[in-house]
Amino acid sequence: MTQAGKKKRSGVLLTGAAWIISVLFVFPVVWMIWTSFHSETDAATNPPKILSPFSTEGYSAFFGSNPWPPILNSLTASVISTVFVLCLALPAAYALSIRPVKKWSDVLFFFLSTKFMPVVAALLPVYLFAEKIKFLDNIWLLIILYTSMNLPIAVWMLRSFLSEIPDEMLEAAQVDGAGLVRTLREIIAPVIMPGIASAALICFIFSWNELLFARVLTGTRAETAPVFLTGFVTSQGLFLAQVCAASFVVSLPVLAAGFAAQDKLVQGLSMGAVR
Amino acid sequence: MSADTSAAAVTKDSGVDPDKSTSLAKAGAWARRAPLLPALIFMIVVTQLPFVATIVISFMNWNAYYPDDRSFAGLDNFKTVLTDVNAREAIIVTVLLTVGVVLISLVLGLAIALLLDRKFRGRSIARTLMITPFLIVPVAAALLWKHALYNAQYGLFNGVLKFLFGDSAPQPDWISDHPLIAVMFSLVWQWTPFMMLILLAGLQSRPMDVVEAARIDGASGWQIFTNMTLPHLRQYIELSGLLGAIYIVQNFDAVFTITSGGLGTANLPYYIYQTFYSAHDYGTASAAGVIVVIGTIIIATFALRTVLSLFREETR
Repeated sequence: MTQAGKKKRSGVLLTGAAWIISVLFVFPVVWMIWTSFHSETDAATNPPKILSPFSTEGYSAFFGSNPWPPILNSLTASVISTVFVLCLALPAAYALSIRPVKKWSDVLFFFLSTKFMPVVAALLPVYLFAEKIKFLDNIWLLIILYTSMNLPIAVWMLRSFLSEIPDEMLEAAQVDGAGLVRTLREIIAPVIMPGIASAALICFIFSWNELLFARVLTGTRAETAPVFLTGFVTSQGLFLAQVCAASFVVSLPVLAAGFAAQDKLVQGLSMGAVR
Repeated sequence: MSADTSAAAVTKDSGVDPDKSTSLAKAGAWARRAPLLPALIFMIVVTQLPFVATIVISFMNWNAYYPDDRSFAGLDNFKTVLTDVNAREAIIVTVLLTVGVVLISLVLGLAIALLLDRKFRGRSIARTLMITPFLIVPVAAALLWKHALYNAQYGLFNGVLKFLFGDSAPQPDWISDHPLIAVMFSLVWQWTPFMMLILLAGLQSRPMDVVEAARIDGASGWQIFTNMTLPHLRQYIELSGLLGAIYIVQNFDAVFTITSGGLGTANLPYYIYQTFYSAHDYGTASAAGVIVVIGTIIIATFALRTVLSLFREETR
């Protein structure tokens, strides 16, 4: 076989491998969605009946269990804490990158080090304090905690994006007599926008997904969607189609956001930190 | 450049007299610090104060069932934790789980990133499929694995076995037979896409002209991989490993949902959760928390040394 032919064949093989692995990884999710559209009896068969009739039994059972309050709580906690994170992280990132404060790397390290502290180690005092001031089962408590949970990551990401602005551009703006506002609007904003978007996306995902804080610190009023999901199984026995429907619905906002902003996610995860 | 020297540069430019310039420099330093303060103060209040409280409680006898028995306990709680079989097992489980999941997802993620780095038809669709597990809410993912895939009666795995080999097919009870592996497997599934995304970003930032030049010079694919690709990816590998480790050390969702910490899968976060939430033993839970933090700091210091290259790289 010729060199080119060999190369072509190995190329086809590698492409095939890429496809097979991707399909394998997505398959459990496809299976979850597939199962969610079966009746309970068809969902729990062995071996699986792949072509059983379409049914929305699982979904009507899930929506019948009044999932809206927890979903709204999750939405509130995730969106508001993400806004808080951005409001706190943007100025901080600015102070750490453009004209940085002294010992900026120590400060950055401090922010990052808070992520190393397992949250369980701070959970008990938070619980006791919240209990004392009657702040348990309050969505604002979660908002504050989620803000602190995501702030270090956001500061780190935004700082790296800001650091990408070349000094020359800032100096040129200064020479041109551009004030702070104009510099911010015309030079910094365009560079930082993708950074803000990806930081926001990641904060949203992590807040939406959080279980431990929500489980310990909320009750009936401030319960979030993940907590609702865990209670959903134990309190009602097991209904497979219903569990799959519930899992899919609760994952939908993150799936939608993640798919829509895939490139931002990639940029954000690599954090612009390594170039 | 430090704040001082740049402040000096500003005063030189504006040409004000020296007395004024020191106060200006001071004002400048504060102007620089000001934007940082809200975030810094917030983080200290919300994360550091509770931790100080955890340290205090860890030296106390404090069980919510016996509220009147609160007293100073010295190092008793630490002794309890370190001699408790469950706590020791939780430490081992945490290490196994973290190291196992991070390593396997890293290697898998690297392999998949290399596959997806090639140009082929529908590459962006394949990437979208690949990242889906990362976008599923962890609790939902754990429920999916536990009930729809692992379940011994009607889970997909046993279903496929029966489909392939008929009624006499083996029907293992995946979770009871291999609880820790079952938890690990589901976590690897969730975290491989995360690793893959970071590594793919790394691969795509590779200077291709240099790789081409090496290829023309007769370097083999393996040589290019070990001598050029891997060194370029080093930072990305470290970053993804570090971030993955931070999250997996603290994993609660999978352990809580799949096994409820039973069958020898309770990791430290679950152990602490249980000690505090079910047993209401605040002192012991806090001591365990302090031990976890000390352990994490030791590991993190080593890990961060390697990642510190990220910090040193740029100085403005």
